[in-house]
Amino acid sequence: MIKGTDVTLRGLSKRFGKVWALKGLDLEVQAGELVAFLGPSGCGKTTTLLLIAGIYRPTTGEIHFGERRVDHLHPKDRDVGMVFQSYALYPHLTLFENIAFPLRLKKVPDAEVKSRVQSTADLLGIGHILNRRPAQVSGGQQQRAALARALVKEPQLLLLDEPLSNLDAQIRLSARAEIRRLQRDLGVTAILVTHDQAEALAMADRVAVFSTGELQQFATPDELYRKPKNTFVASFVGAPPMNLIEGVFKERAFEAGGFRQGLEGPHPQGQGWLGIRPEDIELRAEGTPATVLVVEPLGREALVMVESGGVRLQVLVPAEAKPAPDQQIHLHLPAEKLHYFDRTGTRVGP
Amino acid sequence: MPIRPPSWRLILIVLGLITLPIGVGTLWLLLTALFNQVHGLLPVGNINFGNWRFLWEGSINGRPPIWVALFNSILFAATVAFIEVLVASMAAYAISRMNFPGRRLYLGMILVLHAFPAVSLLIAIYYILRVLGLFDTLFGVILVKASLEIPLGIWLMKGFFDNLSWEMEMAALVDGASRWTVFRKVALPLVRPGILALGTFALLSAWGEFILPYTLIVSGKSWTLALYLQSFLRESFVDYGMMAAVGLFYALPVFVFFLLGQKYLLNIYSGGVKG
Repeated sequence: MIKGTDVTLRGLSKRFGKVWALKGLDLEVQAGELVAFLGPSGCGKTTTLLLIAGIYRPTTGEIHFGERRVDHLHPKDRDVGMVFQSYALYPHLTLFENIAFPLRLKKVPDAEVKSRVQSTADLLGIGHILNRRPAQVSGGQQQRAALARALVKEPQLLLLDEPLSNLDAQIRLSARAEIRRLQRDLGVTAILVTHDQAEALAMADRVAVFSTGELQQFATPDELYRKPKNTFVASFVGAPPMNLIEGVFKERAFEAGGFRQGLEGPHPQGQGWLGIRPEDIELRAEGTPATVLVVEPLGREALVMVESGGVRLQVLVPAEAKPAPDQQIHLHLPAEKLHYFDRTGTRVGP
Repeated sequence: MPIRPPSWRLILIVLGLITLPIGVGTLWLLLTALFNQVHGLLPVGNINFGNWRFLWEGSINGRPPIWVALFNSILFAATVAFIEVLVASMAAYAISRMNFPGRRLYLGMILVLHAFPAVSLLIAIYYILRVLGLFDTLFGVILVKASLEIPLGIWLMKGFFDNLSWEMEMAALVDGASRWTVFRKVALPLVRPGILALGTFALLSAWGEFILPYTLIVSGKSWTLALYLQSFLRESFVDYGMMAAVGLFYALPVFVFFLLGQKYLLNIYSGGVKG
């Protein structure tokens, strides 16, 4: 059993030349937690991970593991295990020597190296192929070997940089669950970098959403989904993404061109965005009139693109209730499922 | 009409004609070395090993024994190759992986040095070696030859290091390696094809080197095989038979070495890591 550390980032920034890859990040990861860093490429999530690992030195700010300040330490003194997107196994070494590498550097006695490598490899189900080289095993096995190499020195913190993105879709789902189970069983704190919102929501206790070098929101998957803090998070988290309509909030209504939606309760005034998730829109006999443009069957459900008063919306409906293209339908947008954002995209309610 | 590639037979004939002079030259060398006398390509008399008496007679016409020259040649080639590989791989790693002030300028200068005709430096080198007290020593020529070859070596090795993935080095750092350990245990083993290629190239180039030892070495005890061979042409009566035998003796290691090392030599032009 590994004792995970908590991680505190304070005012962390990184500049490359004239570009700020990361701007003033404050974040706390609790011991034993799995946190996902989510965002599009170039958002600063991998930069943050490499800062925590010690590959990059921060331009400003502090990194603490528990009581220990580590931002001035060399990576080898940070007690961190890391899995890279390409796995970064050493092609000239067998899987055994790959996994043993961190222990050899620590001058662990031979017998102990042998038993620790074997038990870690057994834990990951690759104990029987340790004499092969990375090129002689499958992608999934390479990924396990990389994970074993990260875990063999029993780190306090496990860093995962897109560990699943090179796997086939089929094993990706099982690998997700397995990494989660392993992390929980071992009690190690973990940070997972991913651009796949489904992966982040499925695996993480909490998700930090990044965009253009800044933290947008740090919350549980549930809260992220139900109460996105701004339009970026709203559109990035969830697939298909939330419908965002730019328009004007008026007295008890929201208008965008010919589109009009009645509002109840307190709501903002003036320019802003109205958001609603595709699965929250209902097709009814009465309501806002709309025209069906495209119908995409997705198996259990169908994604329907509709147009109402010049506004295009995506609606997720049960497959058996799907309308036909060009059909005239009526939409119902439940008041409790609406999201309000002001003109800058910041959530203002409900 | 579709364009047809010319037949293999035609290609072989053309290539054969082009390489014919080299083949004939080698054949002439072989015949001259083995027979008393040769008229053109026609041997006269019997096979005779008299031309090879330099192997067992020691000093001939004031030359040092051939074994001294052979030893010097081996020492020269091996040391040059060793220094070249050592310096070039470390410099190339630094240039490929590290950011330091003047990196671009340094890179440009290496390229210029590589293209610079070394012969034009001979007089300056002569004076420098005299000042350093290294004139007429094998060590002095080794330093000169190695430094003239190192720029090419750096470029070559840089290409190999550039192909290594950054993530692998990052992984090694996180695994607990220092920068030096990363170089030694991860980067260096992965550019082994490059090191073998550069080493082979350096050995062959130093083995064949003539102009530098010819200018910078006077005394017979420091002669290399190239100087030994050239010394025949300085005599009033040129013993072509023995000269051919010495030439063959000089070329033989290269043949063997090339047969064993051509795989790595070809690597110079393809480059890259094989997983």
